[in-house]
Amino acid sequence: MSLKFPAVAKGLAMGAAAVMLLASPVSAQTLVYCSEGSPEGFNPSLYTSGTTFDASSRTLFNKLVEFERGTTKVIPALATSWNVSADGQTYTFKLRSGVKFHTTAAFTPSRDFNADDVLYSFNRQHDAKHPDHGLSGGKYEYYESMDMPNLIKAIEKVDALTVRFVLNAPEAPFLANMAMDFASIMSAEYAEKMRAAGTPDKIDQDPVGTGPFQLENYQKDATIRYKAHPQYWAGKAAIDRLVFAITPDAAVRFAKLKAGECHVMPYPNPADIAAMQADKSLNVMQQEGLNIGYLAFNTEKKPFDNKLVRQALSMAVNKKAIIDAVFLGAGKSATNPIPPTIWSYNDKVKDYPYDPKQAKELLAKAGLKDGFETDVWAMPVQRPYNPNARRMAEMIQADWEKIGVKAKIVTYEWGEYLKRSKEGEHQTVLLGWTGDNGDPDNFLHVLLGCAAVGSANRARWCNKSFDDVVVQAKRTPDVKKRTALYEQAQVIFKEEAPWVTVAHSVVFMPMRKEVQDYKIDPFGGHIFYGVKLAK
Amino acid sequence: MLTFFLKRAALIVPTFLGVTLLTFALIRLVPGDPIMLMVGERGIDPARHARLRAELGLDRPLLIQYGIYIGSVLRGDLGRSIVTHEPVLTEFRSLFPATIELSVCAILFALVLGIPTGILAAVRRGSGFDYTTMGLAVTGFSMPIFWWALLLILFFSVFLGWTPVSGRISALFWVPQVSGFLLVDTLLSEEPGAFLSALRHLILPSIALGTIPLAVIARMTRSSMLEVLGEDYVRTARAKGLSPFRVVGIHALRNALIPVITTVGLAVGTLLAGAILTETIFAWPGVGKWLVESVRRRDYPVLQGGVLMVAVVVMSVNLLVDVLYGLINPRIRYQR
Repeated sequence: MSLKFPAVAKGLAMGAAAVMLLASPVSAQTLVYCSEGSPEGFNPSLYTSGTTFDASSRTLFNKLVEFERGTTKVIPALATSWNVSADGQTYTFKLRSGVKFHTTAAFTPSRDFNADDVLYSFNRQHDAKHPDHGLSGGKYEYYESMDMPNLIKAIEKVDALTVRFVLNAPEAPFLANMAMDFASIMSAEYAEKMRAAGTPDKIDQDPVGTGPFQLENYQKDATIRYKAHPQYWAGKAAIDRLVFAITPDAAVRFAKLKAGECHVMPYPNPADIAAMQADKSLNVMQQEGLNIGYLAFNTEKKPFDNKLVRQALSMAVNKKAIIDAVFLGAGKSATNPIPPTIWSYNDKVKDYPYDPKQAKELLAKAGLKDGFETDVWAMPVQRPYNPNARRMAEMIQADWEKIGVKAKIVTYEWGEYLKRSKEGEHQTVLLGWTGDNGDPDNFLHVLLGCAAVGSANRARWCNKSFDDVVVQAKRTPDVKKRTALYEQAQVIFKEEAPWVTVAHSVVFMPMRKEVQDYKIDPFGGHIFYGVKLAK
Repeated sequence: MLTFFLKRAALIVPTFLGVTLLTFALIRLVPGDPIMLMVGERGIDPARHARLRAELGLDRPLLIQYGIYIGSVLRGDLGRSIVTHEPVLTEFRSLFPATIELSVCAILFALVLGIPTGILAAVRRGSGFDYTTMGLAVTGFSMPIFWWALLLILFFSVFLGWTPVSGRISALFWVPQVSGFLLVDTLLSEEPGAFLSALRHLILPSIALGTIPLAVIARMTRSSMLEVLGEDYVRTARAKGLSPFRVVGIHALRNALIPVITTVGLAVGTLLAGAILTETIFAWPGVGKWLVESVRRRDYPVLQGGVLMVAVVVMSVNLLVDVLYGLINPRIRYQR
């Protein structure tokens, strides 16, 4: 018997079709998210990466206050209200009643959420003598880097549904800090039970929270499965199940999205965006990220101590060309040191125009008619705010050459780069920042305040009038007054030009058309509560 | 035979020490401070920096760090991941079956296709078939895995929609881990369709990972077959009037396969190296992907322990091949 080729092909095709039909389970209200990596763990207070937060604090847990979905505005969550004392040093939170923790195989909560859970979650991080402080490595990176140990003087339980935080100094951004991932609230009862059973670290591995989803299981490096928390205080999620399919390669994530194997993917390759936008089954959302890529002048070194020189070099940089070539269009020219998604962004500030002629005149005015020699430090790594620092440095080098400034490009290994630039070895340095809590202070004071010279202030710029304004804003709880102060700070910043504000990157979120009500999180998170799937 | 085995096994000791020294040194020779890398733009105050260095044991002299490392490795303690805090060995054990499953399927794919192709090319030496297949073999051998894998995905998964894009099983199935080998675990579970889903997910990664061994095996079978076909005993067999099938398939193939077996043994190293790329592209939760993630996160204990375990596996397989060879071929056993 001889089989003819078309018959074989037909047989194979039929077999393949049968296999496909058999192997496709029904997925009514399951949303599959092709995540970019594995979470480091499920206790958000121990880690700093967004991948971990997506899988823990943004699905499983709640905080006392949270950011309104898609904005940087702080709204009530596990706390229904709060008040701040007149001296700005005492924050009293009224807690929500009737909030249920998840029921899992290992734990059935006997009571609702209360002040003990808040005390447990903060004291574990704050108090080195707390019995669970050293669990799972016991490093609370974010809590420490937001300076919370020095900021918080005491955490007190007023009654079962009231807690009080006493600070060492007035600090208006404190409220925004309370909405950050490390401030997720865990169950004190669960911790106690696990400690009694001799398995205290279970609390970090098999998490129990109050969040919209609860963990069903995690297969390392492969999938994380959640189901909707049936008794969620804000109402059960519209999707019944949520699956994170861990897919590190961006091209593969795109292929999975196209093939319908996932509904939403993060971090597309910039080169794929045009194809995604052209695909009729996909929807591509976009928004500026909560970041800034900048070039800082070392204002302690000559000639960058002269404002005119800084202004001249700012005018000589062709930002539009950089956005096109370095960001491949996935960036937006930056005017202020804070991104437009942050409240108090001053849109009246005008950027320096690209004008090499005027730049040359300014240099002449500064006594540097013949130009000078300098360096541009370029990071060796890709960051969200700067996808290709080397290329950016080359373009800046070419732009400055046109006004007679000869720049040498310098680069070091990343750890070394950060260390040396912190010590101020550079003349000009490319760097950037991604915001933590959506508060303007997190950019303006952290990166440009006098207290940050020698650490995050790479321009080593200490301007008294600017610093007075941002320090005053930090101590004022009133948002309106703070807004006015930060607007003023941005005007001073632009006039003084300690940085060339290069760009804010643009975040793209491709998803399938059936995904409804997704909102891009300005903090770069991926949040699925509130998202629906069209049937 | 015992002396032969002991001699071969003794060779493992210096190799093992070399591997530990290499992984230990390479990681530490990378310039820059691992703690600065961890904290990034955010920075860290000097007191906490010093505390973290001490906690990670980075403040001690290199030689002492190495001594401590070797000491614990010999006690079977590869350390704990600085990210997940799980013992490195536990993580390795839970992920290794996925890598074995993929590698076995890849090598089966290579053998099933490579040996018949090699034989046919040798028998029809100089024919169109010979030139085409050997040309394809060179192409397959030279193809970068990541590129080949993406082409496969684009054609079979996105364009034709025949196979899933990535992963080990559809995200909608949950199969409890019993053996770690998903083909086995899906059969044990009562989820209908799970086995077929796992099988479909194996197709493309096996092809991507098996392509280079396939090319090598096909070429090796062809050249070794050609050599054997010229031997006197084959001519005798032909002269006795045996059918061409018996001459090639029984008499010649047996001897021709000896170098092929060596190639397969050596391919274990290549497969594990290839698995790193294949697993990353196909989001296959095995040891390769785990190592890549550990580089991304600067998880030194995992990187060090993982590479060491992979080296141990390769060394063990090579030892096994050596011993099997000795068993099959007495000439090797008695060589000095």
